[in-house]
Amino acid sequence: MTAPLSPTVGNPWLCHTVRIAAITPEISGVATYDFEFTDPDAANRYQFRPGQFNMLYLPGVGEAAISLSAHPAARRRWSHTIRVAGNVTQALAQLGTGGVLGLRGPFGSSWPIDDCRGRDVILVAGGIGLAPLRPVVYRLLAERSHFGQLTLLHGARSPGGLLYTREHATWNAGGVAVQTTVDRTAADWNGNVGTAVVLLDRLPLPRPENTVLLTCGPDVMMHFTARAALQRGLPASQLWISAERNMQCAVGLCGHCQLGPEFVCQDGPVFRYDRIAPFFRVEGL
Amino acid sequence: MPDLLLQKGDLQLLFDRLSGDGFRLVGPTVSQEAIVYDEIASVGDLPRGWTDVQAPGSYRLEPRSDEAFFGYVVGPHSWKKYLFPPLATLLTADRTDSGWAMHAPPEPTEKYAFIGVRACELAAIKVQDRVFLEGAYVDPIYKARRDRCFIVAVNCTQAAATCFCTSMNTGPRCQAGFDLALTELSAAFIVEAGSDSGRQVCGQLPLREATPAERAAAEAARAQAVAGISKRLETEGIRDLLLTNLEHPRWADVAARCLSCANCTMVCPTCFCSSVGEVTDLKGDHVERQRQWDSCFNVDFSRMNGGVVRNDVRSRYRQWLTHKLASWIDQFGQSGCVGCGRCITWCPVAIDLTEEVAALREPGP
Amino acid sequence: MSTKPKLAVFKFASCDGCQLTLLDAEDELLDIAGALDIACFLEASSRVVPGPYDVALVEGSITTPHDAERIREVRRQSKYLVAIGACATAGGIQALRNWADSQEFLAAVYARPDYIETLATSTALADHVTVDFELRGCPINRGQLVEVIAALVAGRRPRTPNHGVCLDCKRRGTVCISVARGVPCLGPVTQSGCGAICPAYDRGCYGCHGPAPQANVASLAEHWVRSGAGPAQLVPLLRNFNGFTPEFRRVSDELAARLAATE
Repeated sequence: MTAPLSPTVGNPWLCHTVRIAAITPEISGVATYDFEFTDPDAANRYQFRPGQFNMLYLPGVGEAAISLSAHPAARRRWSHTIRVAGNVTQALAQLGTGGVLGLRGPFGSSWPIDDCRGRDVILVAGGIGLAPLRPVVYRLLAERSHFGQLTLLHGARSPGGLLYTREHATWNAGGVAVQTTVDRTAADWNGNVGTAVVLLDRLPLPRPENTVLLTCGPDVMMHFTARAALQRGLPASQLWISAERNMQCAVGLCGHCQLGPEFVCQDGPVFRYDRIAPFFRVEGL
Repeated sequence: MPDLLLQKGDLQLLFDRLSGDGFRLVGPTVSQEAIVYDEIASVGDLPRGWTDVQAPGSYRLEPRSDEAFFGYVVGPHSWKKYLFPPLATLLTADRTDSGWAMHAPPEPTEKYAFIGVRACELAAIKVQDRVFLEGAYVDPIYKARRDRCFIVAVNCTQAAATCFCTSMNTGPRCQAGFDLALTELSAAFIVEAGSDSGRQVCGQLPLREATPAERAAAEAARAQAVAGISKRLETEGIRDLLLTNLEHPRWADVAARCLSCANCTMVCPTCFCSSVGEVTDLKGDHVERQRQWDSCFNVDFSRMNGGVVRNDVRSRYRQWLTHKLASWIDQFGQSGCVGCGRCITWCPVAIDLTEEVAALREPGP
Repeated sequence: MSTKPKLAVFKFASCDGCQLTLLDAEDELLDIAGALDIACFLEASSRVVPGPYDVALVEGSITTPHDAERIREVRRQSKYLVAIGACATAGGIQALRNWADSQEFLAAVYARPDYIETLATSTALADHVTVDFELRGCPINRGQLVEVIAALVAGRRPRTPNHGVCLDCKRRGTVCISVARGVPCLGPVTQSGCGAICPAYDRGCYGCHGPAPQANVASLAEHWVRSGAGPAQLVPLLRNFNGFTPEFRRVSDELAARLAATE
C-alpha cells in the first residue's frame, strides 16, 4: 500500500470526459467497458496501479466507484468490468459504444505487487472480485520471471459466474495456474464444486512464510480466505484484501466509506489484513 | 503587541472598518428564540442583554441583568455553515452534440468576517481545516471560503452546563487562529491581535493600551468561564477504550434512547459528512451535482447495492461516537470533539455523550 | 398511436389535494404532458382513455367494499402503481375511524345510515394490492412528484430521501423548536419530504410524511412524558394523517392505554 498517486492540487470534483470505445459482454449482467479520454492530454497523463478505482459519472444519474480491470501498462484505453447493480450501472448499460460519460480517478491504494517479487503469490477471487485482480494477473505475466509459484483461485456461484474464462488458457500458459470452482454445479460442469477457500485448503504451499495472498470478493469469502491462509502459516502481514463501502467523494472528504479508522476510498480499497482485521468483521461497523 | 482597549461605543467602528474592507459581517443575533449566526449590519443586531440557559435537550433564551454584547455561549449554529455550506454545487454538466460539457462552479466573490467566534469554535475550524485542507485532497468549496474569512474571536466569560472545552483543551481562552480576540468588560473590550490583518485593523481603530487593572479585569472575566464549567469528559486512553469496546452493552442501551435523528451531527461544528446528488431539469440536459450535509445517523448513509452496512441505531450511534472521539485521532491526529456541548443541548431526548463515555468505561453487566 | 407511457390518475377516499399537486406543477406540466400520455385524469380533463396504463398515480384510502374491488381493478390495469399521499400510503386522517365504531359515526351523520355501505376501517392501498412505489405526504410534495415522474420516464428508481425532518431543519438553519421552546415535534421520527416547513413557521412537525425508517417513536414519547407533556396531548399528535402507520400506532396505543389506566 502506498500513498495516493494523484496530485494534491486541483479540484477533486472535476471530471474528465471519456468515450466508450468498446463493450465486451462477459457473464450475465456483466460487461467490460473500454474508455478513451476525449482530451488527449488527459490520456497522456493518466496512469493507474492495479487495485485502484475510478469514479464513473453519468450526469443526472450519479457516480459509481468502479475498479480498473485494465492492463497496468495501458496507455490509450482503460477497461472496467462492470456488473449492472444500481442506477448508475443500469444507465451505463444503456449507453452504447461512443457514449460519453465523466471519469475521476484513479483513487485509492493498490495491490503490493512489488512486495511479491521473489515470492509465491496466490490470488483468491470471488465472482466479480476477479475484476480488480486482473491487472495484477497481467503484471505478474509481464514480469513472470520475478515471481515464484503463481496461482489464481477463482470461485463463483455457478459456472456462468466465472469471469474472463476466455483468458484462462493464456494465463495458464503464461505461468499463472488458474483453478476454478463453483458453489452450485450445472449439467455441463466437470470442475470443482465448493468455495475458493476449499481450493486454498488443498493448495500445496511449499513456503508459506514466503507467500503473498491477495483476495477480493464478498466480505465473508475474504474473511474465510484470510482465516484459512493464517492456518496454513501465511503471516497476516502478507495477506491483502480489497474492501467495499458506499463512496461518494473518493477523496476522504464525505465520510461515507469509513470502516473503523479507515477511509476505504483513500486508505483502501486494498488493505493489509493485519491492519484491517480488528474492524473487518465487526457486524455493522 | 500589547493588549489594547476598545470602548464599547467604538465597536461599531470595527464593524465599519471590516465592512469597508469588503467583508460581509456574520455574527450572533437573536432569531427564532435562540442566538444564531446570521448576517449582521451593525452592533444593534448583536444579542445585547440576552443570555442562554442550556441543559441536555434544552435551550432557553433569557434576558440578562446587564447590557453585555457577548454574555452567552454557543447556540445551534456554527461557523461551518459558512465554510462548509449545507448546500453547494460541485459541478455542472450540460449536454452538447458530442457528449457533456462539465464545469466547476465560479468561486464565491463574497468574503465574510466572523464576529464572536469562541475558543471551542476556533478549535473546530482548525479540525475542519485538517479535514478539508490538509489531507491528500483539498476541498475547493471550503478552501475558497476559508482563505477569505476574517475572524473576530470572543473569550467566553461564562459557561453553560453543557460546556466541556476544558476537558478537550480547546478553551475557554482563545489562544490562536483568530485575527482579533475580544474580552468583554463592563464598558470596554480588551483587544488582542492574532495576525497581520488583525494588527492592520487595530491600527485603524481608536485603541489605547490597556491598564494593568483592565488587564486584570479581563483575566477575572475569563476565569469566570473556567469556574463555570461543570461538565467533564475523561479523555485518558479514550481511543483504545472505544475501539476495544465495540460490543459493549452500553451501545444497545443508548440505541434504545437515540432517535437517530442526526441533530447531534448537524449542530456539531466538526462533523463533515456529506452526500452528493443530481439535480436536473425534466429533460436531463442541464445537471448540477450538489453536495448537502448528511449524517452517519441516516440509514442510507452506508447503503451499498448489497445492502445497508449500519442497519440499526446501535451501529450508527457507535459509528458517530467512535469516529468523533477515537478513530478521528487515527485519521487526523486529533480528537474530532472540541467540547462545545452542542450535541448535548440539541439532542431532542437529552443524550449526553460524556455520560455515554463514562458508562463505556464501566465493564458491562 | 402514441408510444409515450400512458399515465392515469385515480382517486379513492381523499380530499383531492394530492392530485392537485400534479396540476400545481405548472413549471413542469408542459414537459410532463410532453413526456407522457395523460390518459385518465378526471381532475384535469373528462377525456378518459381506457387501460391498461403504464403508470397509475393513486390517491386516497380504501374505505368501502366498492373501493376494495376497484383498487384491484386499477392494479390489474396498471404496470407501475404509485400510491400518492398519506391516505393512499397510511389510511389518512380518516383512519381515525379505525379506533372508533364506524356504525356510530354513520348513525350520527346520515339520516338513513342503512343507505351507506362502508368498511369498518380506512386502510392504505398496500393493505389491498401490491404497490410499486409509495410517495408520502399530506399533501405530497410537488418536487418529489416531479422527481417520481421524471424517474419513471427515464426508467430509473425515484430518488426520494428517507431521512428524518431534523436534517432538513438543520440544513436550512431552523432552530429546533422542541429544544428551544419545549414544543412537542414529530420531526425526529418523521420522514423528510416537505423541506421542514412547519418548524420554520413556529410549529411542531405533525408527521405528514409518516414515520422515518427505523423511527424510535417510543423514546421520543418517553422524553416528552418525562418533560411534562401528557398522553392527552401526545395521542392526538401521533394520531394524525399517518396515525395508523404501525410505528405511530403502536406508541399512541400505549399512551392511550396509560391514559385510560389513569382515568
